[in-house]
Amino acid sequence: MKKLFPILGVLTAILLIYALYQALVVAPTERTMGDVQRIFYYHVPSAWTAFILFFINFGASVFYLIKRNPAADIVALVTAEVGVVFCTVVLITGPIWARPVWGIWWTWDMRLTSTLVLWLIYVSYLFLRRFSSSGETPLLAAALAVLGALCVPFVYFSIWFFRTQHPQPVMGGGGSIDPRMLHVLLINWLAFSCFAFLVCWSRYRLEKLQREVDHAHALESLMDPRGSAR
Amino acid sequence: MSAPTGITRVTLLKDLRLEWRSKDAINSMLFFSLLVVVVFSFSFDPSAEESRQIAGGLVWVAFLFAAVVALNQTWAREIRNQVLDAYRVSPAPANSLFIAKTLGNFIFVSVLEALMTPLFIMFYRLRALGPAWPLLLVAALGTWALVVNGTFFAAMSLRTRSREIMLPLLLFPISIPALLAMVQATTSILNGEGARFWIVLLATYDLVFTTVCLLLFETVLNAE
Repeated sequence: MKKLFPILGVLTAILLIYALYQALVVAPTERTMGDVQRIFYYHVPSAWTAFILFFINFGASVFYLIKRNPAADIVALVTAEVGVVFCTVVLITGPIWARPVWGIWWTWDMRLTSTLVLWLIYVSYLFLRRFSSSGETPLLAAALAVLGALCVPFVYFSIWFFRTQHPQPVMGGGGSIDPRMLHVLLINWLAFSCFAFLVCWSRYRLEKLQREVDHAHALESLMDPRGSAR
Repeated sequence: MSAPTGITRVTLLKDLRLEWRSKDAINSMLFFSLLVVVVFSFSFDPSAEESRQIAGGLVWVAFLFAAVVALNQTWAREIRNQVLDAYRVSPAPANSLFIAKTLGNFIFVSVLEALMTPLFIMFYRLRALGPAWPLLLVAALGTWALVVNGTFFAAMSLRTRSREIMLPLLLFPISIPALLAMVQATTSILNGEGARFWIVLLATYDLVFTTVCLLLFETVLNAE
């Protein structure tokens, strides 16, 4: 497993560079929007990656509630953290694109608003993890993750009732996309997913080590009361 | 079946009696929402037509903030004298306690709404353009949505550092769809339009979140 990590790291780096090249050079320039449209190759893959990570967070939280498996708790923590980062990327790249194309930075449209609310929910999840005492954190966080995930369809439906301004979804929407653009989009998505996986993996190892260290410290101070007084 | 409902009844009556004698929650909520009404009125200075458009938002934001005041107190009195720990070691079902607390908060916030609504109507010169009775349904469903999640998250934030800050941080993001539905339903009804979509959405939200809170409350109460 440890040998696999650097190999995957190198592969991901190559893939990211290739995807960058594809997005900036190979992909055809969009007719009306021009080069600003290329941000789409970062915006959409980040969004998909964030949604997948939040979905894994939900699955891991449910698993933790049922089985009380500490590894599932670490997975939930890690995916929420990395998911929030990707979701932030979505929320930052969106306005950068919207300003020249729509003429406004932000609008309270369905997809923008639901992404923002999703971001708020998972930031509050990270707050809870931060503020609760360590022994209870996994259970409380898992309960909040389940409630937060259940909230998502309500957010979507309630905001759906407003008129939507965002371009139709690439998949399953009415819009059509140049096959070359779709190709570049999918390469970027693959690169971003690999990158997210890599970050999650290294964060997982870090968190696991941290817990082992904490555990060892606790044991040590139990064994040697004078040592802990330092 | 009779034992759980008995525990719910006893806990609820105890909370109501405590509140009746101290009037802590209701007084602070009333004064707080009065402040919100006055501050909003100064900040926006709306005409009668404008206030009809923004009243739904004002009313529910005032009630949401005021409810947080009551929700923060709801478990605090069980911490003193280790009442909650005693409850946890007793064989009484956790959900009976949860239902009692939720019903208690529901009653407090409903009383607050009943007292504050005339004031809102007076200060903002509100007049509905259509039948106003569906507002009662919206108020009941909306209050339940706030209170059921609020009671749950108050129990959760009890376990955290700086618990009084934690409750709004947890409650507000999850409540956004419910809040949107309440505000939109209230505004539509005041403007004489139908609000069926929002009421159905609110009812579904209540149903789903009540079920999940009941499923998870025992875990949260006993989290160690």
